[in-house]
Amino acid sequence: METKQYEDLARKVRTDIIRMVHSAGSGHPGGSLSAAEIVTALYFKEMNIDPENPKMENRDKFVLSKGHAAPVQYAVLAERGYFPVEDTLTLRKLGSKFQGHPNMHKVPGIEMSTGSLGQGISVCVGMAIANKMDKNPGRIYTLLGDGELQEGLVWEAAMAAGHYGLDNLVAIIDNNGLQIDGKNDDVMTVRPIDEKFKAFGWNVVEIDGHNFEEIFDAFDQARACKGKPTAILAHTHKGRGVSFMEDNAGWHGKAPSDEQTEQALEELGGEL
Amino acid sequence: MADKIATRAAYGETLVEVGAENPNLVVMDADLSGSTMTKKFGQTYPDRFFNMGIAEQNLYAVAAGIALSGKTVCASTFAMFAAGRAFEIIRNSIGYTGANVKICATHAGITVGEDGASHQTFEDIALMRTIPGMTVVNPCDGVSAKKLLKKVIDFEGPAYVRLGRAAVPVFYGEDAEFTIGKANVLREGGDVAIIATGIMVAEAMEAAETLAADGIEARVIDMHTIKPLDEEIIVKASNEIGKIVTAEEHSVIGGLGGAVAEVLCQKAPCKVAMVGQKDTFGESGKPDQLKEKYGMTAADIVKAVKSL
Repeated sequence: METKQYEDLARKVRTDIIRMVHSAGSGHPGGSLSAAEIVTALYFKEMNIDPENPKMENRDKFVLSKGHAAPVQYAVLAERGYFPVEDTLTLRKLGSKFQGHPNMHKVPGIEMSTGSLGQGISVCVGMAIANKMDKNPGRIYTLLGDGELQEGLVWEAAMAAGHYGLDNLVAIIDNNGLQIDGKNDDVMTVRPIDEKFKAFGWNVVEIDGHNFEEIFDAFDQARACKGKPTAILAHTHKGRGVSFMEDNAGWHGKAPSDEQTEQALEELGGEL
Repeated sequence: MADKIATRAAYGETLVEVGAENPNLVVMDADLSGSTMTKKFGQTYPDRFFNMGIAEQNLYAVAAGIALSGKTVCASTFAMFAAGRAFEIIRNSIGYTGANVKICATHAGITVGEDGASHQTFEDIALMRTIPGMTVVNPCDGVSAKKLLKKVIDFEGPAYVRLGRAAVPVFYGEDAEFTIGKANVLREGGDVAIIATGIMVAEAMEAAETLAADGIEARVIDMHTIKPLDEEIIVKASNEIGKIVTAEEHSVIGGLGGAVAEVLCQKAPCKVAMVGQKDTFGESGKPDQLKEKYGMTAADIVKAVKSL
């Protein structure tokens, strides 16, 4: 696929996210929109997966450590063919398999139930260790929020991944700089992120998280790095693609109104 | 009385035994492998042993990841740091996912002794039994620990196994049988039922001897599984006897006593007295001194029986 096609896909994913959260009446659009390119790149190019056989042996696995961004994962899984996009409009409704935070037993393609921050990356350390034990070539990917880095468990996991030299593990940081209460820098500084991961023995790659070429290149660099896990520090914008949501912490966890949804879809190219 | 062995020592031996026949067994620890007794497994099967350092939250989340990749994982630390510190990780990454992790927690209760209150866990049974799908097992001696652990390792799904530091008498014979969720009646009697768990089973047996000398015949039940709880045996004791004393090395709030009372008040109300740690923290001391000071001895069970 050409870069343009990936960009169109990311745009489609963004419209899915807006529709989903609008239909639910609640949810987390900001951090879902910021990760649209990253998650699209994983499922449409980087990862060895099969939507027809979600439990395929030796598959690569992705765990959404920032589980509140569930809409972006549901949208990408749907676009990739795991289930119809329309189904995701039941997001957060009673009886829906599309829970507010991902549930591995309800949705095909979800590898781990997440939502409580810090646990996803830690579970991924276990998955990476298990694959090493089994000489399983499957690689393990996880996406963390930058605010999530405030959880101590993240650094326990980072220490263990460095200690065990888990070069089959890639942690992507969705570095949009914002969290519920405002800027990371005001709430609790997480900088310097790159030096922290390096200090724990990780290979660190810094990219523009909305640029497909840079994302693909970072995955290649991770693959080429032996003996160390890789952290991809992806600079992103919260709410990316919807003017009134961009770089606005207020859109961390609320649904757009009917009018706002209409505007958002128009900005994203309503015909998609 | 026969030989003494700590249930944690029985755990260490069981791991090495099971490890020989089950290549799928992975053991993990958090820098306490000499104390939790996982060290021998680590030396015997170094490729299947992972020390996570002093990081109990990570221990249990990583255990979940390994288990969800198809392994059976026994992950150990002290009960305080397993059930206590890592509670929410156990709840969300192990309980909610149904990961095949056996949380084998040692040094539970007052018999930790000299380390004092910061390490004496009285809350772990209460915490663990509230997690949906979590099996909770509390063996009373070396034989029951080995046999129950093998059953726990055999089934698919999460479990919490409570193990002690101190050596305790072995009174089950090698031919004794155990079923998870089915209590064992160790002694028959029609005047009172003593439902005990863990090291308090031995105290209950001693209390029954004392009571018998006074003409009171006690039925002693080893409630080795707190969850799923053997409700049938509890209701039967209530209907047939009508007086029940529970005994545990755990807080009387939310533990075995609480679990038994939940069944009784809904299905077969009767008089109940609870022996266990009252609503207070412990302190440093020798295990026997502490058991006496905090009211968890055979004499305390006798007193409780007579209070009914």
